Amino acid sequence: MRITRLLSAALLAFGLSATAVAPAAADSTPSPGASSEDGAGPTRAGTSFRTATEFEQGQTATARASVGDYLYWSFPAGTGQRPTVEASVKLPETHAAETWRIDVYDGLRRRQACQYGAQTRTAAADAASVELKCVLRTVRAWAEPWANDPLPGTYYVRLTAVNLTAADLGRSVDVEVRAVSKEMGGAAAVDGSLSEPLVPGVALRNAAEDRDGDGDGDKKDSPSAVLADLEPEDGWTSGWWSSRWVWTAVGGALAALAGVAGYRLTRGTGRPSRVPPGA
Amino acid sequence: MIRRKWPAAGIGVLLAALTAGLAFPSAAVAGEPTGQDAPQVDLVLDVSGSMRTRDIDGQSRMAAAKQAFNEVLDATPEEVELGIRTLGADYPGDDRKEGCKDTAQLYPVGPLDRTEAKTAVATLSPTGWTPIGPALLEAAGDFKDGNGSKRIVLISDGEDTCAPLDPCEVAREIAARGIGLTIDTLGLVPNAKLSRQLSCIAEATGGTYTSVEHQDELTERVNELVDRAAEPVVTPVATEGAASCAKAPTLESGLYTDREEFGQQRWYRVDVLPGQELRASVSVAADRAVNPDHGVLLRAVTVRDREIVRGEAAGTGRTDVLSTGLRYPKPERDDEDDEPAAETVCLAVTHSFSPGAGVKTTPGLPLELTIDVVEGPGGSSDVASFGLGRGWWLLGTLVLAGFLAGLVWGWLSRWRFAVWRTS
Repeated sequence: MRITRLLSAALLAFGLSATAVAPAAADSTPSPGASSEDGAGPTRAGTSFRTATEFEQGQTATARASVGDYLYWSFPAGTGQRPTVEASVKLPETHAAETWRIDVYDGLRRRQACQYGAQTRTAAADAASVELKCVLRTVRAWAEPWANDPLPGTYYVRLTAVNLTAADLGRSVDVEVRAVSKEMGGAAAVDGSLSEPLVPGVALRNAAEDRDGDGDGDKKDSPSAVLADLEPEDGWTSGWWSSRWVWTAVGGALAALAGVAGYRLTRGTGRPSRVPPGA
Repeated sequence: MIRRKWPAAGIGVLLAALTAGLAFPSAAVAGEPTGQDAPQVDLVLDVSGSMRTRDIDGQSRMAAAKQAFNEVLDATPEEVELGIRTLGADYPGDDRKEGCKDTAQLYPVGPLDRTEAKTAVATLSPTGWTPIGPALLEAAGDFKDGNGSKRIVLISDGEDTCAPLDPCEVAREIAARGIGLTIDTLGLVPNAKLSRQLSCIAEATGGTYTSVEHQDELTERVNELVDRAAEPVVTPVATEGAASCAKAPTLESGLYTDREEFGQQRWYRVDVLPGQELRASVSVAADRAVNPDHGVLLRAVTVRDREIVRGEAAGTGRTDVLSTGLRYPKPERDDEDDEPAAETVCLAVTHSFSPGAGVKTTPGLPLELTIDVVEGPGGSSDVASFGLGRGWWLLGTLVLAGFLAGLVWGWLSRWRFAVWRTS
């Protein structure tokens, strides 16, 4: 009996502390190091999907560009992350009203919807800057081939002026792009995974690595440039840890307690009354 | 929380170390002779009479350009092969026909001798017409064959004076030759008309247009463009899709380019083994004035014309490309009695761009196709597949089930005790 009581007390304590942790784990802060590091990123932007400049999440990519350019960057995002892409454009001192837009595409160059955030914004004439923001959907580990859900892999950001006057064409602007993710935890878990993240050119790179692994040293064939190279700092998958462990463990513990309670309710205490004493 | 962060941080450091280790050799390799040839840049400078105008930081446009060129020549990376071409440098007369032929190679594209190149630049003085179109045509011929990146940097202060040859169309034709050439343009103190023309030339080849009003802007921009040429990029392979699947070329994993005219269909074939996943993405670039509403459709169909999956994209307004993609994981076969046969998947690309008024429809729009054939989705590593759940309903259900089980167990044990006692 004493052991049971001890056990139940321990379980209860664990259960309580774990339930306290569970919601916190579910909506945890941006990935570690995202904002604490100095976050200086590349200082250039690409001009097409093929030449997109890569940056890590948490870094700030800057570039000096011209109004009318199509600027491309790419960053990696892994399972369970909900990336937010922010861009700010410092406009020239004098200019007409212009509309700027950010579009986000996944590794298959499919346009990804923004849940919220000002994806398109019009700067009034002579406004100093434009701020744009796009909050993507949560990146899932797997989706049906017919779905357009965000999957782990490379994400392209395209920033451009979509509405401008000919007089403003080619004027210099300073742009800044950032991507940070919120970890969505176990809520976003799905039963399935991709063999390879949606990184463009991944098949070629694997082939090149295999060739190099053979040790035949035929380096001339291996492409010196790749379409995308970076990986999220925590890897493509969110790892074995998930808030679901806590939920399930606490559920099991509570179920055990409830079981003990139920048992004691019907079993009663001590001997059944029908049994004669001393039998 | 803290328990969780430490391993994550550790893994982060490990990964960073790994990526740094991986990134270093590739960076070291970039300068060495690899599969890719040296990047080539041709600077095309307008030396027409209008370059005499003194409106760049109090000096003439020509002087600003010369100073910028000197600084650029000093900063050019070793591996870049740089050439200089002039337009309007030699013929001072009034004959339009002669003036429009006036373009010359000042310094050939090749390994750079800085002193020689600077001397050549110093001799220039503003003279003639502005034959942008002919100069671009000639400049495209300056490059040597090879798969390295090729870039023309056009610096001009006035629009083309050699109509009817439209420099935009020239640029498109050069791009359509499939030599992977980009034209970047810079306008010196441009008016709206020049801006439009130069940005049209740039957009035709996927380049950029910048307007310049100060000498340091010019230096900075040209330097940046030369540096950009030095960055290794993946060179796509030219291919030609067919009008039907039966005649289509079979593609393997890689990056391809093609041209697709308005209202045309392009078909390609890819072989996919059971257990593999086909990933294809396509982007169609609007390299000329197109009407504002447009779309792209990529379909994967079987050889018997059954559609498997499609990717579609539509857009409106100003755009450089419209892109979409698809995934097709081919399931593993259950019967393993015969050889696994590859399935031929036909990829059909169509676009609904329509040309703006008075725009030439040939050559077709540039199309970029990425094909990746990888292993299909494997066993799940996701926690959901371990049967783990979350949420208050899960807790409630578990507690209820536990309680009911306890009740039954208690009742059973009571009953057993009674039976055992009485028998």
